[in-house]
Amino acid sequence: MGHPTTLFDKIWDGHTVRSIDNGPSVLYIDRHYIHEVTSPVAFLGLAGRGLGVACPDRTTATPDHNIPTENQHLSIKDALSRNQVDMLIDNCQKHNIPLYGLNHKWQGIVHVIGPELGLTQPGMTIVCGDSHTSTHGAFGCVAFGIGTSEVEMVLGTQCILQPKPKKMRIKIDGHLKRGVTAKDVALYIISKITTSGGTGHFIEYAGAAIESLSMEGRMTLCNMSIESGARGGLVAPDELTFEYVKGREFSPKGMDWENAMEKWSVLKTDEGALFDKEYAFNAEDIDPMITFGTNPGMGTSITGYIPLSSSLEEGEKVSYEKSLEYMGFSGGDKLEGKTVDFVFVGSCTNGRIEDLREFTHFIKGKKKAQNITAWIVPGSKQVEAQAQEEGLVAILEAAGFELCQPGCSACLAMNEDKIPTGKYAVSTSNRNFEGRQGPGARTLLASPLVAAACAISGKITDPRQFLN
Amino acid sequence: MPIEKFIKINSSAVPISIENVDTDQIIPARFLKAVERKGFGDNLFRDWRYDKTNKPIVNFALNQTKYAGQILVGGKNFGSGSSREHAAWAIYDYGFKVVVSSFFADIFKGNALNNGLLPVQLTQAELVQIFASIEDNPQATFTIDLQNQTFVLDASGSSFDFDINPYKKECLLNGYEDIDYLISLEKEISFFESNR
Repeated sequence: MGHPTTLFDKIWDGHTVRSIDNGPSVLYIDRHYIHEVTSPVAFLGLAGRGLGVACPDRTTATPDHNIPTENQHLSIKDALSRNQVDMLIDNCQKHNIPLYGLNHKWQGIVHVIGPELGLTQPGMTIVCGDSHTSTHGAFGCVAFGIGTSEVEMVLGTQCILQPKPKKMRIKIDGHLKRGVTAKDVALYIISKITTSGGTGHFIEYAGAAIESLSMEGRMTLCNMSIESGARGGLVAPDELTFEYVKGREFSPKGMDWENAMEKWSVLKTDEGALFDKEYAFNAEDIDPMITFGTNPGMGTSITGYIPLSSSLEEGEKVSYEKSLEYMGFSGGDKLEGKTVDFVFVGSCTNGRIEDLREFTHFIKGKKKAQNITAWIVPGSKQVEAQAQEEGLVAILEAAGFELCQPGCSACLAMNEDKIPTGKYAVSTSNRNFEGRQGPGARTLLASPLVAAACAISGKITDPRQFLN
Repeated sequence: MPIEKFIKINSSAVPISIENVDTDQIIPARFLKAVERKGFGDNLFRDWRYDKTNKPIVNFALNQTKYAGQILVGGKNFGSGSSREHAAWAIYDYGFKVVVSSFFADIFKGNALNNGLLPVQLTQAELVQIFASIEDNPQATFTIDLQNQTFVLDASGSSFDFDINPYKKECLLNGYEDIDYLISLEKEISFFESNR
């Protein structure tokens, strides 16, 4: 027996082809997801070097960032967007990369379809030119977002040069209260450790409250790791993980499954393994959360008040006040009861079937508030189909909502789905940066449950009022 | 695209003393539709630089003629958020060769280094001094010497040391790219692949 090791080290070291002295590791990548926005320049670079794609079978492509969420069967109206999507098709054809295009039944947000198709499996190293690649950590993977130069490296060599991050563990013990979801846990953690608290680290989430989360919940939590600055976050795989992976399109079958299970069963941090940093929180302290500022760390309990700038350190005041001015809020304001204009449910953070179920069960038998424009965007074609099959679409429609077609949509507003200037959007996505959801848009990040309560009442509302 | 060698820069600086400058501010998503790496500098800090009618916002640093140079100085936690390498491309394309802050987000830092844009991380106290020096005299110049890993305030002669990974330092000094190194390991990678 060697010395006790963290799960992160086991996966990282097991994929290290070589370590450069005082330098980065050469890390072998098991799975590479690509999409239309961050890949074209990488393919251009490859062509310029006369290189091909090293492992097309370890690469999976889908368009998601820059596609319309209606009339997907028609040609994309925006010429630049269409060109990007066409380039992805061309590049995939040229290099034999499996592509789930706009009208394919498996198309969707890249971080939703990977797990859904069983492409994401425990113990893997996974990269994608998108910071929310951290999502796949929910399966006990070392998964992180990369830049386009790195996309080119992985396409060309199936490896990446990467400095090894430090290790952080965040333990949440106890039971989550009613109405508190994985999204609230994520926003709570970031509000405590700030948007740079995780920088330089890879997080392992542990403790009873984490173990009690569904796979969808774990994906939401790991997805938001990047918002604390961490490169990624992971949860040790358990029975729930294996059950989720089993039987999916690309999951191992038969003997391969038995062999995989043997490998996966050791994917945990050894007792006594050391982390560079550790945090511990109590699940009971977490309420439904909402953000009030322009970074995901500016969040509070939904029943809370916006902190006064006088409570901050001198150097932080200017940025804080700029942020509140952008949001049209003042220090000391109570959040509950503030009017909102838009509700956005979707994204790689909260666009999975469980999120739609949560939202739909809440609004069932109620009506959308008059002042609310709601965009409910499934994370994938499979989520869309399942919502139809489970009767969620009918419930949504009866309450005055409709389901859009899958894509990243208003999370980053690259397509037409832009929140207008000055409007307030309660959003289940991951970033409330200035202009993120459209120039001048004001984003309040929250869970699907909080979004549902706001959609019904037209203002910031604690969903617990409706839970009996 | 090969990267330019980085040896030494002597220049005045442009100050953006805001904390948590995220990559959506550096280059908003609606400008990520290009399929080639060019012209991103035009949209650097687009929504801080121009109003809705595309008029320059006069009090933003990039629009103030008194500020110029190859050094961008940003507040703490620069480059957080999206992994878009377009952020590093936009800064470089605009004409900056160095970004100074007291803290950088990981992915941005990696992207900058892969493009010959040097991220210089100093202490908060040093950063405050640099902002003060620029406020005092917008023409103040600074010298960044990569070999010696020093950032010098030319007027006072104060010199701050900065860290950089020795491997990345070699890459920048020589204009080496990571991908060339990886390509040179082809056999080793194949061996690894077939033995796991």
